[in-house]
Amino acid sequence: MNLTDHERIDRAWRQVRGVHDPELPFLTVEEMGMVRAVRIHEEHLLVSLTPTYSGCPATDVISEDVLAAVRAIEPDAQVEVVLSPAWTTDWILDSAKEKMRTHGIAPPEKGQADRAFLTGKGKVVPCPRCGTNNTHMVSAFGSTACKAHFSCKECLEPFEHFKCI
Amino acid sequence: MHADSHIQSLLRLADDALILGQRLSAWCGHGPILEEDIAVSNIALDLVGQARNLYTLAGQREGAGRDEDQWAFFRTDREFQNHLLVEQPNGHFGDTMVRQMLYDAFHLEQMGFLAQQKVDEDLAGIAAKAFKEVQYHWEHSSQWVVRLGDGTTESHEKVQQSLDSLWTFTGELFMEDEVDQAGRMSGLLPELAILHTAWLTRVSDCLKEGHLEAPEGLWMQRGGKQGLHSEHLSYLLAEMQTLPRTYPDAVW
Repeated sequence: MNLTDHERIDRAWRQVRGVHDPELPFLTVEEMGMVRAVRIHEEHLLVSLTPTYSGCPATDVISEDVLAAVRAIEPDAQVEVVLSPAWTTDWILDSAKEKMRTHGIAPPEKGQADRAFLTGKGKVVPCPRCGTNNTHMVSAFGSTACKAHFSCKECLEPFEHFKCI
Repeated sequence: MHADSHIQSLLRLADDALILGQRLSAWCGHGPILEEDIAVSNIALDLVGQARNLYTLAGQREGAGRDEDQWAFFRTDREFQNHLLVEQPNGHFGDTMVRQMLYDAFHLEQMGFLAQQKVDEDLAGIAAKAFKEVQYHWEHSSQWVVRLGDGTTESHEKVQQSLDSLWTFTGELFMEDEVDQAGRMSGLLPELAILHTAWLTRVSDCLKEGHLEAPEGLWMQRGGKQGLHSEHLSYLLAEMQTLPRTYPDAVW
């Protein structure tokens, strides 16, 4: 079977799209904005990934899952980790943010320098369940490196906010 | 810039992050409240993650095949070049937060510079990410120092004591040696005198808000960057390195 480079890349992308974030299993790594490129490098298929948080334990699992997915079609495929430019929550696809909301996680807002949030002054994080802006931050650190812990003052439900970085 | 200085500079950054991360991780399961247990463990995770990236980069720049584990687990205390501040024991929660605040203020200014420098693009990428993470660390530690300093008489006295005993380790952060100098000349590293001014402003504002006073005229300890450590580092390394040194081929 002789595929063109274009076809190989297309086929690899379909594989990569099937890989989910182990900590946010309703999202794919593509939706998280972690896949920088799928290309042919010196005849080999090469997938470039950018990790989210420096210490995110999911990164290793994601690299392994992506590698397994592309090696299922091309056994000599490679995955490389690209650290520069650094990943930002702005790279998360809009469709993913909507999915976060339906899963009870308040998504990060685009282009938001997190100063206001960090100082606890002014940043409004709407409750993903009831939609009210009457919420407060319980802790800037939550169940995973990427999330903060919030609580809603209207529906009284706790919820997580995906931090903007 | 001499390649050796470049690698040394990367290792110093990595060693600081790893040692402080290892220190903080000892709070996991021992935090004063659940949220703090999670917060301090998260900060430890960020730091260990930064260390991993920096060690990997140092290994690539060195080109001798050393990976992150080789740097972290198979060097002795004299080969570690972290600042003395980060290896100081956790003490009580106030001690940990004062140590953290003093370091975060430095770390934030340092990463801000490293993210902008043009000498090492990969380092800039690591620093750009770390800078955002450290903002969270700084907000967390500085708010605790204010809260404890401006809290009860007992909490105030305790963190004032923490500050009095840790301050002697802050001078070293801004003492330039030949590695720092080579880094500054090439544009890789910041000028420490400028960093000192920014650090002092940041720290003074925090202390003022917490009604705390930095001790004056103290002798400043030095040596960490040159591998001359306090006794605490050796115990930390013994615990951290025991498994890979006993079973060098162990994998998860």
